[in-house]
Amino acid sequence: MNAAVPPAAGRFLLSGNEAIARAVWEAGVRVAAAYPGTPSTEMLEFLAAYPDVDTHWAVNEKVSLEVAIGASLAGARAFCCMKHVGVNVAADALMSQSLAGARGGLVLAVADDVGLSSSQNEQDSRYWGRFGHLPIMEPSDSQEAFEMAKMAFEISERFEVPVILRLTTRVCHVKALCVTTGRREERPATGFSIDPNRWVLVPGTARKRLPLMFERDKALAAFAEQTELSVLMDGTDRRVGFVSMGPAALAVREAFPDAPLLKLGFTHPLPMGRIRALAATVDKLVVVEETEPLVEREIAAAGIAVHGKDILPSSGELSYDVVRPRVLRLIGETVPESDLAAAPQVFPRPPTMCVGCPHLAPYYVLSRMRDDVLISGDIGCYTLGAGHPWNALDTTICMGASMGIALGISKARAEADAERSVVAVIGDSTFLHMGMQGLLDITYNRGNITVLLLDNRTVGMTGGQEHPATGRDIHGDPAPQIDFPKLVEALGVKPERIRVIDPYELPTLANAIREETKIAEPSVIITNQPCVLIDSHKRKPPFVVNEDCNGCANCLKVGCPAILVTRRETKVGANGRTRELAFVEIDTPFCTGCTLCVKTCAPKAIVEAQR
Amino acid sequence: MTGITNIMIVGTGGQGVLTAAEILAEAAIAMGHDVKKTEVAGMAQRGGVVTSHLRFGPKVLAPAIAPGEADLMLAFEVAEGLRWIAHLRPGGLAIVNTMRLIPPVVSTGLYQYPDDPLAEARARSTRLLSLDAGAIAAGLGNPRLGNTVMLGAAADHLPFDPAVLRECVLSRFRHKPGMAEPNERAFEAGRAATAAQSAA
Repeated sequence: MNAAVPPAAGRFLLSGNEAIARAVWEAGVRVAAAYPGTPSTEMLEFLAAYPDVDTHWAVNEKVSLEVAIGASLAGARAFCCMKHVGVNVAADALMSQSLAGARGGLVLAVADDVGLSSSQNEQDSRYWGRFGHLPIMEPSDSQEAFEMAKMAFEISERFEVPVILRLTTRVCHVKALCVTTGRREERPATGFSIDPNRWVLVPGTARKRLPLMFERDKALAAFAEQTELSVLMDGTDRRVGFVSMGPAALAVREAFPDAPLLKLGFTHPLPMGRIRALAATVDKLVVVEETEPLVEREIAAAGIAVHGKDILPSSGELSYDVVRPRVLRLIGETVPESDLAAAPQVFPRPPTMCVGCPHLAPYYVLSRMRDDVLISGDIGCYTLGAGHPWNALDTTICMGASMGIALGISKARAEADAERSVVAVIGDSTFLHMGMQGLLDITYNRGNITVLLLDNRTVGMTGGQEHPATGRDIHGDPAPQIDFPKLVEALGVKPERIRVIDPYELPTLANAIREETKIAEPSVIITNQPCVLIDSHKRKPPFVVNEDCNGCANCLKVGCPAILVTRRETKVGANGRTRELAFVEIDTPFCTGCTLCVKTCAPKAIVEAQR
Repeated sequence: MTGITNIMIVGTGGQGVLTAAEILAEAAIAMGHDVKKTEVAGMAQRGGVVTSHLRFGPKVLAPAIAPGEADLMLAFEVAEGLRWIAHLRPGGLAIVNTMRLIPPVVSTGLYQYPDDPLAEARARSTRLLSLDAGAIAAGLGNPRLGNTVMLGAAADHLPFDPAVLRECVLSRFRHKPGMAEPNERAFEAGRAATAAQSAA
């Protein structure tokens, strides 16, 4: 568990996520919920270390938002955070609650993974503000994140609306100095006031709320013109003026310190009056926004001449080195070709599974059956099974999709795929997040899918969070624990088609997968060994390779990063065929003693290290 | 930007790059600087490339260091030092740990590890110091001290007194007295390793 900054006044080096957690605590929030997702995860982890906030991991983003909405309706300040794709899951609640609005301050922090460091897409969450008629605030560093998060609760209460605090990776994960006040506002819940004409959204209610929502838009637009959350940083170089927000605004100020910059903190609705006033004083107006041209289009639609994505990219970060040359060219300066030396070409280091990872064995088995199976995958560490050396994933889309995709593939199975079985691979937390419904669809609709439920007892990819099947809550305290075999049986899988297997028992696992893929019924194979990075994982005595290694390279197919090649040879056999040999050693200090490679070694050359 | 010092710390997931950057940041704060520190380490636990950018000075705006702007690069692995060498400004200093970490894509023959990454880096950088931090740490009896050896190696190449950085390293072990002394020796061994070399 992360240690939070002490609840005292001070100046601390805080990530944006830590600063927001601190602000949420200082704002007197009583209930906070989230599902982990990079780069948002640490907000709730840090918040959990503060007193007097009911903080919990929800099973998915939709439920987390509903919990926060419920708390707001009960008159408490409430907080919810998620990564950008999480809002897609939560959108059903978000879009309708916009009509009913908020009572206790309700803030949704959304972290966009600009540049896709750990995501399946790069979507611009500011669309939700337009789509759902919700105000958006965008900080550019930790101090702003801290101050805006506190302000967001006030704005939420003043306009009775959920507020989106839009973050990007370069806010969440950048550490900067941040001054905190050390005081928590006392904000007891005021209680739920029964008001079905507002909180029960049926057509009659919703219809009456629509005009109120449009009135709110106008009030928010008026607020945008006044608020000090947006500032004009003036400048003497009037060849170009900028409208920008978030980390991109910092890059703009650094690249063009003498040019006027309207730095928007409150970014939706737009302060079109202030933008028009700036435009009148500069030769060219440029919008620098990550990632899509939302602000630019609205300015253009208001009849103001504007540049933006005509010169700047629509994806990735708009950093100093991206913004500066493009804007210089726009204002007619000649930009010399970069005199920077080209970066040297060095091999990539794609993320891969850890040494001794419990997911290695299932992917080793699937890679051996490659011609006989189609494999739909899911979101988690095990998505890495798509990579080298397993190459054993055929699809990945979004949380829980492995189930429905597998069913669809099997229902539409073409002649060409007739001999192939369909396998879905999903992790423990992802299954609880959104996989359960898909499995129910498989059983109900008589799908013939073999599900590999890789239970490593944690949310691995985001750094090891708890979930309803780990038996622990966000504080590490004991919690009710879901029983996977019972759960999948309740979802309609026959008891004889459910197997729980230790993945390090390689032959047992391989036989189970081969058998179940041949049986024309839904089956679930649950692996049951913990992630090697969590406390419940226990290392065993490590292994070494002795002189009997014959270069067969079978062990390399496991994909464990602790197996290193020492020497390669090409051998010509008696029949004239050539074989590529690879002799190996084990990086013994990292070896967890899992024995997977031992089970693939033909000459039995992998032995326990002498101690 | 005037008055800003740009330091890159590079390596692979699990090498302690982020902790080293954190300690350097603490030292810069102790010197009264404004500080921003950023890294891309989304999936770094899984053996990926880790880079940390540290900028400090009177007032820091953007957190990331643009290519060709780093004053100092601390590389915890030699091929990573080569990968990021073009981020140094002309005349910038590279301090490179000669340790090699071989990823599975190299083990399994998909890619080649450079024959002599140090020589390649040296050919591209006007100033480079190298040390075998792992061997120095092992010589002190604990391979895990490599991190502190690297910080020691950087200590005389910062715009402030090396004692400030040493104090920040040692304060990490305030509650682990047994670890303070070995870390102090590791820090000084790193300093000595680079002091003995000429960067030019």
